[in-house]
Amino acid sequence: MQRDSVKQTFVVASCLCLVCSVLVSTAAVVLRPTQQENKTLDIQKNILKVAGVLDENKPIAGQFAAVQTELIWLKEGTVVTEEDAKHEKLDLRTYDARKASKLAEYSDAVEPAGSLPQISRRERFAYVYLLKKGDGSLDQIILPIYGKGLWSTLYGFLSVDADTKTIRGITFYEHGETPGLGGEVDNPGWKALWNGKQAYGEDGKTPVIAVAKGASGDHQIDALSGATITSNGVTSLVQYWLGPDGFGPYLGRVRAAAAQTADSSQSTSNEGGSNG
Amino acid sequence: MADSTKDILIKPIFRNNPIALQILGICSALAVTTKLETAIVMSIAVTMVTALSSAAVALIRNVIPNSIRIIVQMTVIATLVILVDQFLRAYFFSISKQMSVLVGLIITNCIVMGRAEGFAMKNDPAASFWDGIGNGLGYSFVLLAVATIRELLGKGQLLGFQVLATGPDGFYVPNGLMLLPPSAFFLIGGIIWTIRTFDKKQVEAE
Repeated sequence: MQRDSVKQTFVVASCLCLVCSVLVSTAAVVLRPTQQENKTLDIQKNILKVAGVLDENKPIAGQFAAVQTELIWLKEGTVVTEEDAKHEKLDLRTYDARKASKLAEYSDAVEPAGSLPQISRRERFAYVYLLKKGDGSLDQIILPIYGKGLWSTLYGFLSVDADTKTIRGITFYEHGETPGLGGEVDNPGWKALWNGKQAYGEDGKTPVIAVAKGASGDHQIDALSGATITSNGVTSLVQYWLGPDGFGPYLGRVRAAAAQTADSSQSTSNEGGSNG
Repeated sequence: MADSTKDILIKPIFRNNPIALQILGICSALAVTTKLETAIVMSIAVTMVTALSSAAVALIRNVIPNSIRIIVQMTVIATLVILVDQFLRAYFFSISKQMSVLVGLIITNCIVMGRAEGFAMKNDPAASFWDGIGNGLGYSFVLLAVATIRELLGKGQLLGFQVLATGPDGFYVPNGLMLLPPSAFFLIGGIIWTIRTFDKKQVEAE
């Protein structure tokens, strides 16, 4: 067969494509379970990290057993039960909030438009992670957050104290910001500045926490130098996710429940007092 | 073929370095050298891809029709790069996350393509394999040198371990410029200058 003939060209091209596609698809299929496992572990690791309880020397899965995962309905702030899931045609075992934010049937428009810059829809149901103290009471609530920086969408977690107002930590596990500038959102020194800051203003509902130049007081975190747009992006996304269209309703319910428990325990002790 | 295997392997490291003499593969040399760890992984990945793609192209060099030879080379290279990427994602997850798209961009690394077209199309698979390894080592040498300097001066660390004490108690103030892409240009320029000072033959005629 002539080397440069049309027939030879087709034969060589087809054989090559066949061999290469078999190799690539085999690798993809064989390695997928390991890759998925890595992704899950990475997310669990980041949840533990933002809560400040990560021990690098112990297996992640074991440590993550202490964290309780709940799927919540963002708008109402209620936990999604099995019945709700059936009604909404959700598969609780495979639900992926990130994929859901891109599907029309599992997402809602961001309200008010523009409050999460450059993102127009967000998932209807989101996971929250609860970390309990040794005595079983709530220690901190870990919320998944995301939003645009300069180049990319930043994905991360924000940890809020059981009082639902005090920030305990922040971390971003995926972003494509400029290394050394916006990429400094990964800087442990900067992340530590968030610890103890107050998320809400005087009314207790409007998020006022912000990344600002020359930060001062309980509501501000020092901006990243040379990364104004990333800093502003972080402000918007944190305010959005703590606000009424994000986890605001859920945190409100946690607060209300805590107040009720406190009230009832107080009334119990009052009764005890009158009896005595 | 006049060159022995040893020559094929050693020459590309200093005398015919793909980055220093041929000025190929610069983009990835800028992007992955802020840390030694990523530079090492990138070096291994590029060396493997160059060696295996050269060997594979050399194996079928006599049946490749001339009109589609570049496409054939590209397909072989792309396949190998995807395999490397999948492998890293499965077994070196955190590193592959740091390198993100740059592993995929090995496909566009001119060194790989250059060796396939320039060497493997005319030589037998064994020689092509060693040529690929040699050029990979040449690339690795520059990458590791640049990454060592950048990580050390930029963060005071090597492979993530603190070598120079920084922070409030430390004596060393990290040089942030070293973490930005331009510093890699200065360093590669410095390496090229050094090599050409000792090996005058590499200096281009004026």
